[in-house]
Amino acid sequence: MIPERFINASVIAGLLAVPLWALMADEIFTITLTTRAVILALAAVGLNIALGMGGLVSFGHAVFFGIGGYAMGILAFHAQTFAPLELGPLTIEGTKSMPVIWLVATVASALTALVIGLLSLRTTGVHFIMITLAFGQLFFYFTISWSAYGGEDGLSIYVRNSFPDLNTLVPIQFLGLCFAALCLALLLQWRLRNSAFGLALNAARQTPQRVETVGLNPMRLKLLAFVISGAITGLAGALFADLNRFVSPTMFSWQLSGELIILIIIGGVGRLMGPVIGAAIFVTLEHWLGGLTDFWHIWLGVILLVIVLFGRGGVIGLLTGKEGPHV
Amino acid sequence: MSEPVLATHGLMKSFGALIATDNVSIDLHPGEIHAIIGPNGAGKSTLIGQISGSLASDAGRIELLGQDVTRLRTAARAQAGLGRTFQISALAMEDSVFENVLLGAVAATSGAWSLFMPVARKVALTERAMQALDRVGLAYAKDTRCADLSHGQRRQLEVAVALTLAPKAFLMDEPMAGLGAEGSRNLTGFLDGLRSEAPILLVEHDMDAVFALADRISVLVYGRVIATGTVEDIRASDAVREAYLGESA
Amino acid sequence: MSAILIVEQVLNGLQFGIMLFLMAAGLTLIFGVMGLINLAHGSLYMVGAFAAAWVAGATGSFLLALAAALAAAAAAGALVEMLVIRRLYKAAHLDQVLATFALILIFSEGTRYVFGSFPLFLDIPDCLSGPVTLPGGIQYPLYRLVLIGAGILVALGLWWLTTRTRVGIQIRAGENDREMIAALGINITRLYTLVFAIGAALAGLAGALVGAIQSVQVGMGEPVLILAFVVIVIGGIGSIRGAFIGALLVGLTDTLGGIFLPELFKLFMEGGAATQTGSALAAMAVYILMGFVLIWRPSGLFGSRA
Repeated sequence: MIPERFINASVIAGLLAVPLWALMADEIFTITLTTRAVILALAAVGLNIALGMGGLVSFGHAVFFGIGGYAMGILAFHAQTFAPLELGPLTIEGTKSMPVIWLVATVASALTALVIGLLSLRTTGVHFIMITLAFGQLFFYFTISWSAYGGEDGLSIYVRNSFPDLNTLVPIQFLGLCFAALCLALLLQWRLRNSAFGLALNAARQTPQRVETVGLNPMRLKLLAFVISGAITGLAGALFADLNRFVSPTMFSWQLSGELIILIIIGGVGRLMGPVIGAAIFVTLEHWLGGLTDFWHIWLGVILLVIVLFGRGGVIGLLTGKEGPHV
Repeated sequence: MSEPVLATHGLMKSFGALIATDNVSIDLHPGEIHAIIGPNGAGKSTLIGQISGSLASDAGRIELLGQDVTRLRTAARAQAGLGRTFQISALAMEDSVFENVLLGAVAATSGAWSLFMPVARKVALTERAMQALDRVGLAYAKDTRCADLSHGQRRQLEVAVALTLAPKAFLMDEPMAGLGAEGSRNLTGFLDGLRSEAPILLVEHDMDAVFALADRISVLVYGRVIATGTVEDIRASDAVREAYLGESA
Repeated sequence: MSAILIVEQVLNGLQFGIMLFLMAAGLTLIFGVMGLINLAHGSLYMVGAFAAAWVAGATGSFLLALAAALAAAAAAGALVEMLVIRRLYKAAHLDQVLATFALILIFSEGTRYVFGSFPLFLDIPDCLSGPVTLPGGIQYPLYRLVLIGAGILVALGLWWLTTRTRVGIQIRAGENDREMIAALGINITRLYTLVFAIGAALAGLAGALVGAIQSVQVGMGEPVLILAFVVIVIGGIGSIRGAFIGALLVGLTDTLGGIFLPELFKLFMEGGAATQTGSALAAMAVYILMGFVLIWRPSGLFGSRA
């Protein structure tokens, strides 16, 4: 069986090799596909902190993805229309600067995660799943009826936002930015996992009463995990919006929440590289099966069923021969 | 007599019509082992839950080191110095033995709380964790996954986690349950020495262990303490014989 | 704002709530008895609607269409239970969610493959179309009144089934103690398939009934499914009585909120902004209701424990 460390290194190498090859072969479309996979992986890395480490089956992570997306959409919209955002006494100028947008997206998602977490973590199990799902719908319907920013039709941003000293319109440069964000998030998750917080969170997933008995509050641990998780997924949402130069209520859809969970399951729950492998496979399937048949979701459903019923631990579980954490 | 480390005053708890604990007042003094015995359904588990904080009491007061902890949550009571072990092991089964004790060491050490510093690199913590494993004789299994431990080893690990907290009082829920004769003897010997570090409130079914260890025994029947006294007192008590020993003998 | 409008909207809310109840009853029954969270329940709703539309198109009979909806949804439910669902009863919630999510993908794309992407239409039968005049001179569509009546009949039937019949007693015993009823010699595997099929049939019935006032299309089940989840979270998971009360609350809140919240905001805001704020808030009203119920009672109105 293959050690997980080796798999992790191969994944990073693969992520570097594909765009390099595409750059040399001048395959712009492959670079775009890779960017999509990298951003979805980033969103799923965020979810994996809540799901894999904290055992929180959030079926509403699209909320944070959408908030990140709309943070980008709203700021860029006010910048491209040269009309500042009036919030009561507050006047906020729009911006096209990625670092500022990312900061806003992350903070807004973290705050939303704090509120949703405080309410949802009062419950466990099926209740938690349904409540997070319902919060997703709340935001979905809200954005649909929010006509100031396009309502159901969404918002188009005409020019990709900018990053100091880079030309983000060049696909490979934008991919580089997304890749850097993904690596930072992976590093963050790795550090978290080995920290005192990670140790306690991992125990809180398995046996909350033990964690209480040693004097820690399992609910606070999970809430913090949920907030960090939401913030990362929010950042991914801002990048996704910039990739498409478009935001719409579908960024909040429950299907997207489901797909983020699927990415993790395909790769391996709670594994560092699980979301990355999952996203790579998902985007490849979407492109390849989608090219073969209009009904590729049937095959995605069948693959998912097989993984759930027979293949616990996803791809990494299969390759390492070790089951991952149970959620 | 010295001030009690742990004391309950008139604890009550009922579930619907069932009165689980009825006006329970017991205390635990420095250096002693106070055993709680009683037939099944006498309310021992409820009492443990009330003292540890997992069950809210209907009435009564709990004091730890003179401080009223009745309204505190489980985690706060642990921080105040209560070290509990579980009857049914509550361990992180997917983790190694070492990670389980390390959790206790982390929780008990102020300043260990860093989000990003790898916890395994903090020597003070790992030493504290290893020491606890050493003392219960489980150091050899430190890298074993908890799920792969034998029943007896899990009991040892339960005690080891409580040791890492260096509590002011131990609250042990049937630590001997399911141990073989030898395991039971070993643990009895260990608890005998432990009482000088912190007193132990011991809920236990194993009468040999109770009679060997206890400085005092309280007998709980239908939620009431019907007698408290030394081993000799309890053996001689007619009330206990009638209500409890008589039934099982 | 007239009294007629209010009565009309209350009736619309009731009708919507009753249809939600048909969905929520199956969900909550399946969760209560088997401990399963079934996302594919919305697909069974869709199956019922498509079966009804197809049979009505072929035969012209609304009654046959309803029968077809019940039969198709129950059969699809039983089949899915035997092939997939029964492997999930002891699985983690995450696995249940994913496997039933996979079923949604298969059902939706499968239906699109067979019927195409264009919506089908199911007509209200002639004898039930047109308005009736209620006391007070209110004109109201007869079909919607029939929906309310039919839903209440089903609710009574369910109550009778679970409290007064042998199967119902077995079902309720199954909620409390699986080993016990296995020990009594009841075939638990068959009982579970039966419960699942009953839940599926209710969803299929709701799909067919609603299909006659909306269009029948792929993806029609999921919005209703999620609202049904809100219903059972509010009512308390596993409780049929909770599902009934929760469904009426959600139906009324959603319908009345959409009409009256914009009007309410017009009292102290200017027209455009009021409509905007009011309808945005109305879109979120049921979820806000759920939030308040959860703060007040985390396990729902009639839930035993979270």
